[in-house]
Amino acid sequence: MAYNFQFSGLLPYLQNLVDGLVTTVVITLITTVLGCLLGTLCAAARAGQSSFKSKVVGVYVELIRNTPFIVQLFFIFFGLPALGLRLSAWEAGTLAMVINLGAYSTEIIRAGIEATPKGQIEAAKVLGLTRFQTFVRVVLPPAIQKIYPALTSQCIIVMLGSAVLSQISVQELTFAANFIQSRNFLSFEVYFVVAGVYLLLSIGMRQLFNGIHYLVFPNLRAQR
Amino acid sequence: MSLVNIDNVHKYYGDNHVLKGVDLKIKAGEVISIIGRSGSGKSTLLRCINGLESYDKGGITVDQMEVTSDEEQIRKLSKSVGMVFQSFNLFPHLTVSQNITLAPKLVRKVSAEEADTLALQVLEKVGLKDKASSYPQELSGGQQQRVAIARSLAMQPKVLLCDEITSALDPELVGDVLNVLEELAAEGMTLVLVTHEMNFARDVGDRVIFMHQGKIWESGDAKEVFAAPKTPELQKFIDAVL
Repeated sequence: MAYNFQFSGLLPYLQNLVDGLVTTVVITLITTVLGCLLGTLCAAARAGQSSFKSKVVGVYVELIRNTPFIVQLFFIFFGLPALGLRLSAWEAGTLAMVINLGAYSTEIIRAGIEATPKGQIEAAKVLGLTRFQTFVRVVLPPAIQKIYPALTSQCIIVMLGSAVLSQISVQELTFAANFIQSRNFLSFEVYFVVAGVYLLLSIGMRQLFNGIHYLVFPNLRAQR
Repeated sequence: MSLVNIDNVHKYYGDNHVLKGVDLKIKAGEVISIIGRSGSGKSTLLRCINGLESYDKGGITVDQMEVTSDEEQIRKLSKSVGMVFQSFNLFPHLTVSQNITLAPKLVRKVSAEEADTLALQVLEKVGLKDKASSYPQELSGGQQQRVAIARSLAMQPKVLLCDEITSALDPELVGDVLNVLEELAAEGMTLVLVTHEMNFARDVGDRVIFMHQGKIWESGDAKEVFAAPKTPELQKFIDAVL
């Protein structure tokens, strides 16, 4: 069972791989920022006083968390044009990822918000902070700090999930791999390389997130 | 005109009648200790004074402002009434200095520089000037509580409410916190304390309020109340705790 790897056969397609990688990174970046923002807003609504908003968010979260990502993607890419909203593959793919991460991060961030001791909210109230100031300055930072590992793991899962966007012809990393192996039939080689790139991307993202964690929350560096 | 005016206040938790017509007037500069068994309504009464708890009947005014649980009103009251809690409630992600300057900057719109100066002033008062850039987790319980007092003082309140502020502390740390309160009392700060520190209530307090079954059961000059309790309930309570 000896397989003779022919990695040199991939060289003519290096540019495709690089372009695919760039697309994956850009989409991941946009998704991480917008998805976490959406998650924060929805978590605020879910933990807030309006039961209507909380219910709407609840339906959104359950809908997304209980259906496959690829179906959500097809729904947006193939379904929305029927309603007159035509999106490019790239736009539809990014939108689907933001919506997906938004739902998962809502639940994660809500858990952090609910873990904030009630006494700290009372202290803020007694000091005269408005409800908005209390949420942004007192509740949210320790909440994010607590659930940061779970949230960043979710961001990495969503990055890996971006491989599915190849199904609607977004020219990201997996799309490039599919394209290359259809040309030179070196499928083992190309997926071998692409798997390695995804692995490095995941490790890189984790390192980056860890660095940001310590930068944004200097109290982590303080001794206990 | 008294600084705090509590007039026939009633409060229910469902069917539970926790405050049954409380009347209390507190003059500026007075140090009032509220004592009593748990469940007697003393913390509830304290929390009604700054609107953290609503009440169902009667009226409370502080510094001639009516106390309601309306958010806007509570925010206005925050400039007159400070509060320190049993569990400190410092903000863990902020340094000591940031804990103190947050509200002055956001609520009283003090400039960053002024706020920093203010933070050092109040920290000096509680003896923790060297801890300005520490985080709460780096401090002992007693130090955290003194920071919490400093944080309240930075809003320059006219009355400071203290809700069992030494109850969560190790015995050897209680003294530092009580010393701070004693200094504040000497400077003329109006203090309302719910406390189990009977010696402090007797020696530093002007007046003691004994609450029992949701009512002010007995009250009077601190030393006299402890020396010669008039009701058997207070006698029993004093015997049990002293």
